[in-house]
Amino acid sequence: MLEIANLHATVADKPILKGLSLTINAGEVHAIMGPNGAGKSTLGYTLGGRPGYEVTEGSATFEGQDLLELEPHERAAAGLFLGFQYPVEIPGVSFVQFLREAVNSQRKGRGEEPLSGGEFLRLAKDKAGLLKMDMDMLKRPVNVGFSGGEKKRAEMVQMGILDPRLAILDETDSGLDIDALRVVGEGINAIMRKPDKAVLLITHYQRLLDVVQPDFVHVLAGGRIVKSGGPELARQLEDEGYEAVVA
Amino acid sequence: MSETRTLPTTRDEAWRYADGAALAAASPEALTGWHRLDVAPGETARHIGDADAGDIDRLRVHVGAGGRYEHFALLCEGHYTRREIEVTLDEGAHFEFGGVVLGDGEATREFVTRVVHAQPDATSNQLVRAVSRDRATANFLGRVEVARDAQKTDAGQNFRAILLNEGASANAKPELEIFADDVKCAHGAAIGAMDEAAAFYMAARGLPPEVARALLIRAFIADAFGAIDDEEARDAMIGRALAAFEAGHD
Repeated sequence: MLEIANLHATVADKPILKGLSLTINAGEVHAIMGPNGAGKSTLGYTLGGRPGYEVTEGSATFEGQDLLELEPHERAAAGLFLGFQYPVEIPGVSFVQFLREAVNSQRKGRGEEPLSGGEFLRLAKDKAGLLKMDMDMLKRPVNVGFSGGEKKRAEMVQMGILDPRLAILDETDSGLDIDALRVVGEGINAIMRKPDKAVLLITHYQRLLDVVQPDFVHVLAGGRIVKSGGPELARQLEDEGYEAVVA
Repeated sequence: MSETRTLPTTRDEAWRYADGAALAAASPEALTGWHRLDVAPGETARHIGDADAGDIDRLRVHVGAGGRYEHFALLCEGHYTRREIEVTLDEGAHFEFGGVVLGDGEATREFVTRVVHAQPDATSNQLVRAVSRDRATANFLGRVEVARDAQKTDAGQNFRAILLNEGASANAKPELEIFADDVKCAHGAAIGAMDEAAAFYMAARGLPPEVARALLIRAFIADAFGAIDDEEARDAMIGRALAAFEAGHD
Protein backbone atom coordinates (compact mmCIF):
# COMPACT_ATOMS: atom_id res chain seq x y z
CA MET A 1 0.00 0.00 0.00
CA LEU A 2 2.78 2.40 0.93
CA GLU A 3 6.34 1.98 -0.20
CA ILE A 4 8.93 4.47 0.98
CA ALA A 5 12.38 4.08 -0.50
CA ASN A 6 15.53 5.94 0.53
CA LEU A 7 13.55 9.04 1.54
CA HIS A 8 15.58 12.16 2.30
CA ALA A 9 13.84 15.31 3.49
CA THR A 10 14.92 18.68 4.79
CA VAL A 11 13.19 21.29 6.90
CA ALA A 12 14.54 24.83 6.52
CA ASP A 13 17.51 23.32 4.64
CA LYS A 14 18.33 21.05 7.56
CA PRO A 15 18.41 17.35 6.64
CA ILE A 16 16.03 15.43 8.91
CA LEU A 17 15.18 12.23 7.03
CA LYS A 18 18.32 10.58 5.72
CA GLY A 19 17.47 7.53 3.66
CA LEU A 20 14.33 6.13 5.24
CA SER A 21 12.82 3.02 3.70
CA LEU A 22 9.60 1.35 4.80
CA THR A 23 6.98 -0.86 3.20
CA ILE A 24 3.46 -1.11 4.59
CA ASN A 25 1.01 -3.65 3.17
CA ALA A 26 -2.77 -3.64 3.43
CA GLY A 27 -4.01 -5.18 6.67
CA GLU A 28 -0.90 -4.22 8.64
CA VAL A 29 -0.32 -1.98 11.62
CA HIS A 30 3.17 -0.54 11.92
CA ALA A 31 4.57 1.43 14.82
CA ILE A 32 7.46 3.83 14.58
CA MET A 33 9.21 4.64 17.81
CA GLY A 34 12.29 6.66 18.45
CA PRO A 35 13.93 9.33 20.53
CA ASN A 36 12.93 12.99 20.31
CA GLY A 37 14.31 14.69 17.23
CA ALA A 38 14.71 11.43 15.31
CA GLY A 39 12.43 12.67 12.52
CA LYS A 40 9.16 10.94 13.46
CA SER A 41 6.91 13.96 13.01
CA THR A 42 8.87 15.03 9.93
CA LEU A 43 8.05 11.66 8.36
CA GLY A 44 4.33 12.28 8.92
CA TYR A 45 4.41 15.85 7.63
CA THR A 46 6.53 14.91 4.62
CA LEU A 47 4.13 12.14 3.63
CA GLY A 48 1.22 14.55 4.18
CA GLY A 49 2.88 17.17 1.96
CA ARG A 50 3.26 20.01 4.44
CA PRO A 51 4.82 23.11 2.84
CA GLY A 52 8.40 23.55 4.03
CA TYR A 53 9.12 19.83 4.16
CA GLU A 54 11.32 19.32 1.09
CA VAL A 55 12.00 15.88 -0.33
CA THR A 56 15.53 15.91 -1.71
CA GLU A 57 15.90 12.25 -2.64
CA GLY A 58 14.00 8.97 -2.70
CA SER A 59 10.39 8.08 -3.33
CA ALA A 60 7.06 7.35 -1.69
CA THR A 61 4.50 5.33 -3.60
CA PHE A 62 0.94 5.03 -2.30
CA GLU A 63 -1.37 2.52 -3.96
CA GLY A 64 0.79 2.64 -7.07
CA GLN A 65 0.74 6.47 -7.29
CA ASP A 66 3.71 8.75 -6.74
CA LEU A 67 2.57 10.27 -3.44
CA LEU A 68 5.10 13.09 -3.57
CA GLU A 69 3.62 14.40 -6.83
CA LEU A 70 0.23 15.00 -5.23
CA GLU A 71 -0.98 18.14 -3.46
CA PRO A 72 -1.83 17.66 0.22
CA HIS A 73 -5.61 17.61 -0.42
CA GLU A 74 -5.12 15.14 -3.27
CA ARG A 75 -3.23 12.82 -0.93
CA ALA A 76 -6.22 12.94 1.42
CA ALA A 77 -8.62 12.18 -1.42
CA ALA A 78 -6.37 9.28 -2.44
CA GLY A 79 -7.00 7.76 1.00
CA LEU A 80 -4.22 9.08 3.23
CA PHE A 81 -5.13 10.41 6.67
CA LEU A 82 -2.64 12.30 8.80
CA GLY A 83 -3.53 12.48 12.49
CA PHE A 84 -1.89 15.54 14.02
CA GLN A 85 0.13 15.59 17.22
CA TYR A 86 -1.19 19.10 17.78
CA PRO A 87 -4.55 19.47 16.02
CA VAL A 88 -5.06 23.03 14.81
CA GLU A 89 -7.79 25.32 16.16
CA ILE A 90 -9.92 27.05 13.53
CA PRO A 91 -12.11 29.74 15.11
CA GLY A 92 -15.39 30.46 13.35
CA VAL A 93 -15.53 27.18 11.40
CA SER A 94 -17.57 24.38 12.97
CA PHE A 95 -16.48 20.74 12.84
CA VAL A 96 -19.72 19.85 11.07
CA GLN A 97 -19.17 22.47 8.38
CA PHE A 98 -15.47 21.62 8.05
CA LEU A 99 -15.95 17.87 7.87
CA ARG A 100 -18.85 18.01 5.47
CA GLU A 101 -16.72 20.12 3.12
CA ALA A 102 -13.83 17.69 3.65
CA VAL A 103 -15.88 14.56 2.95
CA ASN A 104 -17.52 16.04 -0.11
CA SER A 105 -14.26 17.50 -1.46
CA GLN A 106 -12.70 14.04 -1.15
CA ARG A 107 -15.71 12.41 -2.78
CA LYS A 108 -15.60 14.92 -5.59
CA GLY A 109 -11.87 14.23 -6.02
CA ARG A 110 -12.76 10.54 -6.46
CA GLY A 111 -15.63 11.25 -8.83
CA GLU A 112 -18.34 10.30 -6.28
CA GLU A 113 -21.63 12.02 -5.49
CA PRO A 114 -21.62 14.36 -2.48
CA LEU A 115 -23.33 13.29 0.76
CA SER A 116 -26.54 15.14 1.59
CA GLY A 117 -26.80 17.03 4.88
CA GLY A 118 -28.81 14.20 6.44
CA GLU A 119 -26.45 11.47 5.24
CA PHE A 120 -23.47 13.36 6.56
CA LEU A 121 -25.03 13.97 9.97
CA ARG A 122 -25.92 10.29 10.37
CA LEU A 123 -22.35 9.33 9.51
CA ALA A 124 -20.90 11.92 11.90
CA LYS A 125 -23.19 10.81 14.71
CA ASP A 126 -22.22 7.19 14.21
CA LYS A 127 -18.47 7.92 14.34
CA ALA A 128 -18.79 10.34 17.27
CA GLY A 129 -20.61 7.57 19.14
CA LEU A 130 -17.78 5.16 18.38
CA LEU A 131 -15.35 7.54 20.09
CA LYS A 132 -17.85 8.33 22.87
CA MET A 133 -17.92 11.97 21.85
CA ASP A 134 -21.04 14.09 22.30
CA MET A 135 -22.41 15.19 18.93
CA ASP A 136 -22.79 18.72 20.34
CA MET A 137 -18.98 18.95 20.45
CA LEU A 138 -18.98 18.74 16.65
CA LYS A 139 -21.17 21.82 16.39
CA ARG A 140 -18.39 23.85 17.99
CA PRO A 141 -15.54 25.54 16.10
CA VAL A 142 -12.80 23.13 15.05
CA ASN A 143 -10.72 22.20 18.14
CA VAL A 144 -11.37 25.58 19.79
CA GLY A 145 -11.58 25.22 23.57
CA PHE A 146 -11.01 21.46 23.36
CA SER A 147 -8.69 19.82 25.90
CA GLY A 148 -5.68 17.92 24.56
CA GLY A 149 -7.54 14.64 24.98
CA GLU A 150 -10.70 15.94 23.31
CA LYS A 151 -8.67 17.09 20.32
CA LYS A 152 -7.19 13.61 19.89
CA ARG A 153 -10.59 12.02 20.21
CA ALA A 154 -11.92 14.47 17.62
CA GLU A 155 -9.06 13.49 15.30
CA MET A 156 -10.27 9.90 15.44
CA VAL A 157 -13.89 10.95 14.82
CA GLN A 158 -12.63 12.74 11.72
CA MET A 159 -10.71 9.64 10.67
CA GLY A 160 -13.90 7.59 11.07
CA ILE A 161 -15.89 10.00 8.95
CA LEU A 162 -13.23 10.31 6.23
CA ASP A 163 -12.67 6.53 6.13
CA PRO A 164 -9.07 6.54 4.78
CA ARG A 165 -7.08 3.57 3.41
CA LEU A 166 -3.93 4.49 5.32
CA ALA A 167 -3.73 6.43 8.57
CA ILE A 168 -0.49 7.97 9.80
CA LEU A 169 -1.12 8.88 13.42
CA ASP A 170 1.44 11.20 14.98
CA GLU A 171 1.49 10.75 18.76
CA THR A 172 -2.25 10.31 18.91
CA ASP A 173 -1.69 8.87 22.40
CA SER A 174 -0.08 11.98 23.88
CA GLY A 175 -2.32 14.01 26.15
CA LEU A 176 -4.71 11.11 26.79
CA ASP A 177 -5.58 9.72 30.20
CA ILE A 178 -5.88 5.94 30.60
CA ASP A 179 -9.60 5.76 29.85
CA ALA A 180 -9.36 8.06 26.84
CA LEU A 181 -6.38 6.05 25.57
CA ARG A 182 -8.52 2.93 25.58
CA VAL A 183 -11.41 4.66 23.78
CA VAL A 184 -9.07 6.10 21.16
CA GLY A 185 -7.16 2.83 20.73
CA GLU A 186 -10.37 0.85 20.31
CA GLY A 187 -11.60 3.51 17.89
CA ILE A 188 -8.47 3.02 15.76
CA ASN A 189 -9.06 -0.74 15.79
CA ALA A 190 -12.72 -0.39 14.83
CA ILE A 191 -12.05 2.07 12.02
CA MET A 192 -8.74 0.84 10.61
CA ARG A 193 -8.18 -2.83 11.54
CA LYS A 194 -9.45 -4.13 8.23
CA PRO A 195 -7.87 -6.25 5.50
CA ASP A 196 -7.87 -3.35 3.01
CA LYS A 197 -6.53 -0.67 5.38
CA ALA A 198 -3.27 0.03 7.14
CA VAL A 199 -1.97 2.15 10.01
CA LEU A 200 1.34 3.78 10.82
CA LEU A 201 1.47 4.73 14.48
CA ILE A 202 4.10 7.23 15.54
CA THR A 203 4.46 6.94 19.29
CA HIS A 204 6.79 7.12 22.26
CA TYR A 205 5.02 4.66 24.46
CA GLN A 206 4.07 1.03 24.74
CA ARG A 207 0.69 1.83 26.28
CA LEU A 208 -1.10 2.62 22.98
CA LEU A 209 0.44 -0.51 21.47
CA ASP A 210 -1.21 -2.60 24.20
CA VAL A 211 -4.57 -1.59 22.69
CA VAL A 212 -3.66 -1.25 19.01
CA GLN A 213 -1.33 -4.18 18.60
CA PRO A 214 1.22 -3.59 15.87
CA ASP A 215 2.39 -6.24 13.44
CA PHE A 216 5.73 -4.48 12.99
CA VAL A 217 7.72 -2.10 15.16
CA HIS A 218 10.49 0.13 13.81
CA VAL A 219 13.02 2.29 15.56
CA LEU A 220 13.70 5.63 13.88
CA ALA A 221 16.94 7.32 14.83
CA GLY A 222 19.02 9.88 12.98
CA GLY A 223 16.49 10.09 10.14
CA ARG A 224 16.57 6.39 9.25
CA ILE A 225 15.01 3.16 10.41
CA VAL A 226 17.77 1.48 12.37
CA LYS A 227 15.94 -1.56 13.66
CA SER A 228 12.73 -3.40 12.85
CA GLY A 229 10.96 -6.24 14.57
CA GLY A 230 7.67 -7.55 15.88
CA PRO A 231 5.63 -6.34 18.88
CA GLU A 232 8.30 -7.67 21.22
CA LEU A 233 10.66 -4.89 20.05
CA ALA A 234 8.37 -2.23 21.55
CA ARG A 235 8.45 -4.01 24.91
CA GLN A 236 12.21 -4.35 24.74
CA LEU A 237 12.49 -0.59 24.03
CA GLU A 238 10.20 0.17 26.96
CA ASP A 239 12.37 -1.98 29.26
CA GLU A 240 15.84 -1.12 28.05
CA GLY A 241 15.58 2.30 26.36
CA TYR A 242 16.49 3.37 22.82
CA GLU A 243 20.20 3.65 23.35
CA ALA A 244 20.65 0.11 24.60
CA VAL A 245 18.46 -1.42 21.89
CA VAL A 246 19.89 0.56 18.99
CA ALA A 247 23.53 0.26 20.02
CA MET B 1 -14.74 87.05 10.74
CA SER B 2 -14.48 85.16 7.53
CA GLU B 3 -14.00 81.42 7.72
CA THR B 4 -11.10 79.97 5.82
CA ARG B 5 -11.58 76.35 5.07
CA THR B 6 -8.49 74.17 5.18
CA LEU B 7 -8.73 71.02 3.15
CA PRO B 8 -7.23 67.86 4.59
CA THR B 9 -4.06 66.30 3.20
CA THR B 10 -2.13 63.21 4.19
CA ARG B 11 -0.20 65.40 6.63
CA ASP B 12 -3.33 65.43 8.80
CA GLU B 13 -3.38 62.60 11.34
CA ALA B 14 -6.89 61.47 10.45
CA TRP B 15 -5.98 61.34 6.74
CA ARG B 16 -2.43 60.04 6.97
CA TYR B 17 -3.06 56.72 5.19
CA ALA B 18 -5.44 58.19 2.62
CA ASP B 19 -4.70 58.29 -1.11
CA GLY B 20 -3.09 61.72 -1.59
CA ALA B 21 -3.96 61.97 -5.27
CA ALA B 22 -7.60 61.13 -4.54
CA LEU B 23 -7.73 63.84 -1.87
CA ALA B 24 -6.28 66.40 -4.25
CA ALA B 25 -8.90 65.48 -6.85
CA ALA B 26 -11.87 65.35 -4.45
CA SER B 27 -14.35 68.19 -4.12
CA PRO B 28 -14.01 70.39 -1.02
CA GLU B 29 -17.58 69.44 -0.06
CA ALA B 30 -16.70 65.75 0.01
CA LEU B 31 -13.67 66.38 2.17
CA THR B 32 -15.24 68.69 4.71
CA GLY B 33 -18.97 68.04 4.58
CA TRP B 34 -20.90 65.76 6.91
CA HIS B 35 -24.12 63.82 6.65
CA ARG B 36 -25.95 64.13 9.92
CA LEU B 37 -28.09 61.78 11.92
CA ASP B 38 -29.82 62.32 15.24
CA VAL B 39 -30.94 59.33 17.25
CA ALA B 40 -33.54 60.47 19.77
CA PRO B 41 -33.18 59.41 23.40
CA GLY B 42 -34.15 55.78 23.88
CA GLU B 43 -34.44 55.13 20.15
CA THR B 44 -32.44 52.79 17.95
CA ALA B 45 -31.16 53.50 14.46
CA ARG B 46 -29.39 51.01 12.28
CA HIS B 47 -27.44 51.11 9.03
CA ILE B 48 -26.57 47.90 7.25
CA GLY B 49 -25.04 48.13 3.82
CA ASP B 50 -22.20 48.78 1.44
CA ALA B 51 -20.44 52.05 1.06
CA ASP B 52 -20.84 53.70 -2.33
CA ALA B 53 -17.95 52.96 -4.60
CA GLY B 54 -15.04 55.28 -4.79
CA ASP B 55 -16.29 57.98 -2.52
CA ILE B 56 -15.57 59.79 0.66
CA ASP B 57 -18.51 59.54 2.96
CA ARG B 58 -18.61 61.29 6.32
CA LEU B 59 -21.36 60.73 8.81
CA ARG B 60 -21.85 62.59 12.07
CA VAL B 61 -24.24 60.94 14.53
CA HIS B 62 -25.60 62.12 17.83
CA VAL B 63 -27.17 59.46 20.04
CA GLY B 64 -29.46 60.73 22.80
CA ALA B 65 -29.58 59.27 26.30
CA GLY B 66 -30.27 55.54 26.31
CA GLY B 67 -30.34 55.44 22.52
CA ARG B 68 -28.51 53.08 20.25
CA TYR B 69 -26.84 53.43 16.86
CA GLU B 70 -25.62 50.44 14.88
CA HIS B 71 -23.58 50.69 11.71
CA PHE B 72 -22.42 47.76 9.59
CA ALA B 73 -20.60 48.33 6.37
CA LEU B 74 -18.50 46.70 3.69
CA LEU B 75 -15.83 48.55 1.72
CA CYS B 76 -14.90 46.63 -1.39
CA GLU B 77 -15.04 48.99 -4.34
CA GLY B 78 -13.40 52.12 -5.67
CA HIS B 79 -9.85 53.31 -5.95
CA TYR B 80 -10.08 55.41 -2.80
CA THR B 81 -13.00 54.77 -0.50
CA ARG B 82 -13.33 56.32 2.93
CA ARG B 83 -16.18 55.84 5.35
CA GLU B 84 -15.83 58.20 8.27
CA ILE B 85 -18.18 58.04 11.23
CA GLU B 86 -18.21 60.39 14.16
CA VAL B 87 -20.54 59.44 16.99
CA THR B 88 -21.33 61.40 20.14
CA LEU B 89 -22.93 59.36 22.91
CA ASP B 90 -25.10 60.84 25.63
CA GLU B 91 -25.75 59.13 28.94
CA GLY B 92 -26.21 55.35 28.65
CA ALA B 93 -26.18 55.39 24.84
CA HIS B 94 -24.54 52.67 22.75
CA PHE B 95 -22.68 52.59 19.44
CA GLU B 96 -22.11 49.28 17.67
CA PHE B 97 -19.85 49.21 14.64
CA GLY B 98 -18.89 46.32 12.38
CA GLY B 99 -16.81 46.93 9.28
CA VAL B 100 -15.15 44.79 6.63
CA VAL B 101 -12.53 46.20 4.29
CA LEU B 102 -11.51 44.23 1.23
CA GLY B 103 -8.59 45.68 -0.67
CA ASP B 104 -7.42 44.66 -4.13
CA GLY B 105 -5.46 46.15 -7.02
CA GLU B 106 -3.98 49.51 -6.08
CA ALA B 107 -6.96 50.58 -3.95
CA THR B 108 -6.89 52.35 -0.62
CA ARG B 109 -10.00 51.74 1.48
CA GLU B 110 -10.50 52.86 5.03
CA PHE B 111 -12.80 53.20 7.97
CA VAL B 112 -12.22 56.17 10.21
CA THR B 113 -14.21 56.46 13.41
CA ARG B 114 -14.31 58.95 16.24
CA VAL B 115 -16.48 57.96 19.17
CA VAL B 116 -17.08 60.61 21.79
CA HIS B 117 -18.32 59.34 25.13
CA ALA B 118 -19.68 62.70 26.25
CA GLN B 119 -21.69 61.51 29.26
CA PRO B 120 -21.60 58.69 31.83
CA ASP B 121 -22.56 55.04 31.27
CA ALA B 122 -22.31 55.02 27.49
CA THR B 123 -20.88 51.98 25.73
CA SER B 124 -19.35 51.37 22.33
CA ASN B 125 -18.07 48.34 20.48
CA GLN B 126 -16.16 48.38 17.19
CA LEU B 127 -14.99 45.36 15.21
CA VAL B 128 -13.19 45.77 11.90
CA ARG B 129 -11.78 43.00 9.73
CA ALA B 130 -9.66 43.63 6.66
CA VAL B 131 -8.32 41.43 3.89
CA SER B 132 -5.79 43.05 1.61
CA ARG B 133 -4.23 41.63 -1.54
CA ASP B 134 -2.22 42.78 -4.58
CA ARG B 135 -0.87 46.24 -3.72
CA ALA B 136 -3.95 47.42 -1.87
CA THR B 137 -4.09 49.24 1.44
CA ALA B 138 -6.80 48.63 4.05
CA ASN B 139 -7.01 50.92 7.08
CA PHE B 140 -8.85 51.42 10.31
CA LEU B 141 -8.31 54.62 12.22
CA GLY B 142 -10.33 54.51 15.39
CA ARG B 143 -10.38 57.27 17.96
CA VAL B 144 -12.22 57.04 21.27
CA GLU B 145 -12.66 60.09 23.45
CA VAL B 146 -13.98 59.92 26.99
CA ALA B 147 -15.05 63.22 28.51
CA ARG B 148 -14.18 64.18 32.10
CA ASP B 149 -17.53 63.27 33.59
CA ALA B 150 -18.21 60.26 31.35
CA GLN B 151 -17.68 57.77 34.17
CA LYS B 152 -18.49 54.06 33.66
CA THR B 153 -17.72 54.33 29.96
CA ASP B 154 -17.15 50.93 28.38
CA ALA B 155 -15.49 51.17 24.97
CA GLY B 156 -14.09 48.30 22.93
CA GLN B 157 -12.26 48.38 19.63
CA ASN B 158 -10.73 45.50 17.70
CA PHE B 159 -9.04 45.39 14.31
CA ARG B 160 -7.53 42.42 12.54
CA ALA B 161 -6.15 42.29 9.04
CA ILE B 162 -4.96 39.50 6.78
CA LEU B 163 -2.43 40.30 4.06
CA LEU B 164 -2.70 37.74 1.28
CA ASN B 165 0.57 38.55 -0.45
CA GLU B 166 3.71 40.57 -0.16
CA GLY B 167 3.02 44.15 -1.23
CA ALA B 168 -0.46 44.25 0.31
CA SER B 169 -0.75 46.45 3.36
CA ALA B 170 -2.95 47.43 6.26
CA ASN B 171 -2.71 50.20 8.80
CA ALA B 172 -4.23 50.35 12.26
CA LYS B 173 -4.34 53.55 14.23
CA PRO B 174 -6.14 53.14 17.54
CA GLU B 175 -6.29 56.30 19.65
CA LEU B 176 -7.69 56.70 23.13
CA GLU B 177 -8.16 60.03 24.83
CA ILE B 178 -9.52 59.53 28.31
CA PHE B 179 -10.30 62.22 30.85
CA ALA B 180 -12.52 60.22 33.22
CA ASP B 181 -10.99 57.84 35.77
CA ASP B 182 -13.58 55.07 36.07
CA VAL B 183 -13.74 53.66 32.54
CA LYS B 184 -13.08 50.47 30.59
CA CYS B 185 -11.43 50.97 27.24
CA ALA B 186 -10.06 47.98 25.36
CA HIS B 187 -8.39 47.95 22.00
CA GLY B 188 -6.58 45.36 19.98
CA ALA B 189 -5.01 45.29 16.55
CA ALA B 190 -3.29 42.48 14.68
CA ILE B 191 -2.05 42.30 11.11
CA GLY B 192 -0.73 39.07 9.69
CA ALA B 193 -0.67 36.53 6.91
CA MET B 194 -3.18 33.75 6.33
CA ASP B 195 -2.96 31.03 8.97
CA GLU B 196 -0.66 28.49 7.27
CA ALA B 197 -1.11 25.88 9.98
CA ALA B 198 -4.88 25.97 9.58
CA ALA B 199 -4.55 25.86 5.79
CA PHE B 200 -2.39 22.72 5.91
CA TYR B 201 -4.64 21.08 8.51
CA MET B 202 -7.62 21.64 6.21
CA ALA B 203 -5.69 20.39 3.18
CA ALA B 204 -4.68 17.26 5.09
CA ARG B 205 -8.40 16.54 5.57
CA GLY B 206 -8.99 16.90 1.86
CA LEU B 207 -10.05 20.51 1.37
CA PRO B 208 -8.66 22.06 -1.82
CA PRO B 209 -6.83 25.35 -1.11
CA GLU B 210 -9.59 27.56 -2.55
CA VAL B 211 -12.27 25.87 -0.43
CA ALA B 212 -10.11 26.06 2.70
CA ARG B 213 -9.37 29.71 2.07
CA ALA B 214 -13.03 30.57 1.53
CA LEU B 215 -13.94 28.91 4.85
CA LEU B 216 -11.17 30.75 6.69
CA ILE B 217 -11.99 34.11 5.11
CA ARG B 218 -15.69 33.64 5.81
CA ALA B 219 -15.00 32.92 9.48
CA PHE B 220 -12.68 35.92 9.65
CA ILE B 221 -15.03 38.49 8.19
CA ALA B 222 -18.11 37.04 9.88
CA ASP B 223 -16.69 38.37 13.18
CA ALA B 224 -17.34 41.93 12.08
CA PHE B 225 -21.00 41.25 11.28
CA GLY B 226 -21.66 38.99 14.28
CA ALA B 227 -23.55 41.75 16.09
CA ILE B 228 -26.21 42.01 13.36
CA ASP B 229 -29.25 40.58 15.15
CA ASP B 230 -31.26 39.78 12.06
CA GLU B 231 -29.87 36.49 10.81
CA GLU B 232 -30.99 37.08 7.24
CA ALA B 233 -29.37 40.51 7.08
CA ARG B 234 -26.22 39.13 8.69
CA ASP B 235 -25.91 36.26 6.23
CA ALA B 236 -26.56 38.66 3.35
CA MET B 237 -23.71 40.93 4.46
CA ILE B 238 -21.33 38.00 4.91
CA GLY B 239 -22.41 36.63 1.53
CA ARG B 240 -21.82 39.97 -0.19
CA ALA B 241 -18.38 40.29 1.39
CA LEU B 242 -17.46 36.75 0.33
CA ALA B 243 -18.72 37.31 -3.21
CA ALA B 244 -16.68 40.52 -3.41
CA PHE B 245 -13.66 38.66 -2.09
CA GLU B 246 -14.03 35.91 -4.68
CA ALA B 247 -14.61 38.44 -7.46
CA GLY B 248 -11.46 40.33 -6.48
CA HIS B 249 -9.39 37.26 -7.05
CA ASP B 250 -8.76 36.05 -10.57
